[in-house]
Amino acid sequence: MRTGADFAEVYAEDKSNTSAGFDDGRIEQVTSGRDRGAGIRVIAGDTTGFAHTADLSEAGLVAAASAAAAAASQGGGGVRNVSLTQAPIHRPNTIVHLPESIAKARKVELLQRMNEAARSYGPEIVQVSAGYGDSLKRTLVANTDGVFATDEIIRTLLRISAVADGDSGMQTGYQSMGHTVGFEIFDTVDVEELARDAARQAITKLLARPAPSGAMPVVIKNGSGGVLFHEACGHGLEADLVAKDSSVYAGKVGQLVANPLVTLVDDGTMPGEWGTLGYDDEGHITQRNTLIQDGVLTDYMWDHIRARNAGRPGSGNGRRQSYQHLPMVRMTNTFVLNGPDTPEDIISSTPNGVYVAKLGGGSVNTATGDFVFGMTEAYLIEDGKITEPLREGNLIGNGPKVLRDIDMLANDFAMGNPGTCGKDGQGVPVGDGQPTLRVKELTIGGTAA
Amino acid sequence: MSAFESELQAVADRVIAQAKPGEQVEAFVTRGGETDVRIYQGAVEHFVSAQSEGIGIRVISEGRTGFAYAGTLDESAISEVLAEARDNVQFGESDEWAALAEPDGVSITEQSLWNDALAEYPTDEKIDLAKKLEKLASGQDPRVRVDDSNYADAHGESAVASTSGIRMSGRENGCYVSVSTLADEGEGDDAETQTGFGFSVGRSPHEFDLEKAAREASERATRLLGATKPSTRRTTVVFDPMVTAQFLGVISSTLNGEAVVKGRSLFKDRLGDSVAAANVTLIDDPTNTKAYSATDVDGEGLAARRNVLIENGVLQQFVHNSYSARRAGTVSTGNATRGGFAGTPGVGCLALSLVPGLRSQAEIISDIDDGLLVQSMQGLHSGVNPISGDFSTGAAGLLITNGEVGAPVREFTIASTLQRMLQDIIEIGGDIEWLPMRASGLSLVIRDVTMSGS
Repeated sequence: MRTGADFAEVYAEDKSNTSAGFDDGRIEQVTSGRDRGAGIRVIAGDTTGFAHTADLSEAGLVAAASAAAAAASQGGGGVRNVSLTQAPIHRPNTIVHLPESIAKARKVELLQRMNEAARSYGPEIVQVSAGYGDSLKRTLVANTDGVFATDEIIRTLLRISAVADGDSGMQTGYQSMGHTVGFEIFDTVDVEELARDAARQAITKLLARPAPSGAMPVVIKNGSGGVLFHEACGHGLEADLVAKDSSVYAGKVGQLVANPLVTLVDDGTMPGEWGTLGYDDEGHITQRNTLIQDGVLTDYMWDHIRARNAGRPGSGNGRRQSYQHLPMVRMTNTFVLNGPDTPEDIISSTPNGVYVAKLGGGSVNTATGDFVFGMTEAYLIEDGKITEPLREGNLIGNGPKVLRDIDMLANDFAMGNPGTCGKDGQGVPVGDGQPTLRVKELTIGGTAA
Repeated sequence: MSAFESELQAVADRVIAQAKPGEQVEAFVTRGGETDVRIYQGAVEHFVSAQSEGIGIRVISEGRTGFAYAGTLDESAISEVLAEARDNVQFGESDEWAALAEPDGVSITEQSLWNDALAEYPTDEKIDLAKKLEKLASGQDPRVRVDDSNYADAHGESAVASTSGIRMSGRENGCYVSVSTLADEGEGDDAETQTGFGFSVGRSPHEFDLEKAAREASERATRLLGATKPSTRRTTVVFDPMVTAQFLGVISSTLNGEAVVKGRSLFKDRLGDSVAAANVTLIDDPTNTKAYSATDVDGEGLAARRNVLIENGVLQQFVHNSYSARRAGTVSTGNATRGGFAGTPGVGCLALSLVPGLRSQAEIISDIDDGLLVQSMQGLHSGVNPISGDFSTGAAGLLITNGEVGAPVREFTIASTLQRMLQDIIEIGGDIEWLPMRASGLSLVIRDVTMSGS
């Protein structure tokens, strides 16, 4: 660092991946990919300069560093020596089989088995597509604050989508599984069961009636609704948005922001989960952070720079999509802890409402708190019982209001499906989870009266 | 692409020269860079300068396809990519229609996709543009502050070569400015914030309209202040041009030839049927130079062309790449899409547009007694299923009462089905506007949509 900057960082990444796509009765294609490169960040005052290169030679790195420093502007300055001690290895996950040690034939065979299972589930299934993916990413990050850490993350992902055809048209079902471990995950995951579940959803929806419209109680099944918290408050607790006062949760630490039943945690260390890392993408060790304790907002999530500016420790939430991207504050695995109720009690004490068994994606406007999420498998609740299936639609609510409106929380916590969280054009893998819960009132985006 | 003879073409040519007998090989090579400036409160928040390159190689042998890519153009890496793609061939299952595109004799409509003025545009002026936009936006209204103001540009060159005779290279560049705003009103428990955005795009920074971007960003945020949740009812909606462009993006996936041949389009058996109101004519025309996504060739190197998809409400054709066309027993419509070197070609509309009507948005609204002007939709990826046709999204906008735009509303959904919405289009505005997406916008009026609120 010879240009008078306050901070400089190099992040290097080497990633290899294999994916296989199955559609329309056949393995369409196996793909192998390799990406490696380095991103260099230089900060002078409030200005960040960033450049990246796929050329990892000394000349390539020096060129990128010069570009980043020039971007952060300002000449002058001297040479500062920084002593780096490599941080100890932190590997929350235990890996048995590296992806490259497994023959591609075994990977594609999973997809063929899933196709078979989905099509055998019922004659209504007219189309099946499925995908397998694995990756190995090694990272190194070092900065002028003395951080020097390496990490290695393995990912294994499987997804399946089924189409059923009936008198009312076509319907779809989807199921997926993703973990930060190797091929050993298939010793415990029943891939045929995933496939049958996708087929069951599609066939069930052939008889679905239009979803209701208007506001009513909504019960969300365990392990399917973590995205609710991701959107209703997770993004709003990211320190970069808070710092710019573009979050409805800015200035609310210490205040009651949710029903006292709610304790919300972001934990990058959960073994095998989709959002798990050893170190975040700025070299900060991942940890368990309690964001809301018994309804009270306890802390935001932080990246290196926002924490540094605030004179406080980071929280291990500085993440980036790849070496081509600037890090920012991101969630890891975000979940709500168990409450006192049973799922049966929640349903039986709801005279009328909607039971959501599977949620799709969602999105939030953090400044207003308005968020939506899709229900891909849902049923009516009538007289305290789950009854007819509903067609798909979005639910809409306002984050701060919904957190207060959570009035029942069960004791059946489960993690959900692997997710990709998008922010400012970057996607990163995240996990979520929750027990069965009830929101007193959400607006259902259907067409029925 | 087309006229620009590049070094990348030589890279692609060298790869396909290594094809073995009986093997089809395609190499797609790209190199590019981008600048991204973000201004916050008068200072540069970040300045990103990025370069990237890569190659994707597809091999087809005995109907089996294999693919590999790498984010580098090192000669040793390219050899590995070819070897990996060949290795992957053995795991693909034989598909009688699998083959690379072949030249089809359709001539290319030349376009100027490269602008020297942008390539030479000085860094300081890029920063100044974003600063100027921030100042303009924050000066529009005392209630408005700017969340971020951005300048971005990108340039890229690409080349494709295949053993089936495709050989094409070219380059293009483009730039945009954008601004996100926050409008605040009230204090304490009554404090309220709404958000807005504005942008301007061009092949050159000289084409920007900063005033318009700033004004729209301010208006979008301030006109939602005081918004309430509307009551649930069926009503007539007017989509703002930006919303219409997003809606056309959803419709385009139902007209995708690959979805059709794999049985995933709700219009798969409807060619020749009336699928939309009689005033609806929908055209995909990437040769229209006004389109932001205009291009001269598609992702397989075939000439981009004008295709009429729906004419006076009747479904005329789907869009195809060479694979989906072969399966459907037709020819490619020049609609191969490619997301970069890391993927094989898909199918998609490239520059979709409704044929515009005659009236302005204000004239249209003046005839509506009770309705809703939709300013934004939220959750298109989660509440819309182009296979079943179910349509449900979050929305924000303004109620229309007795021909006038009135109270702002938010935190509600609008819902119908895609099939019904196309039939329920009662007017198409004359206010066509090309937007930075693969569809143009204009005001679109759809009746009998469920607005779900309190």
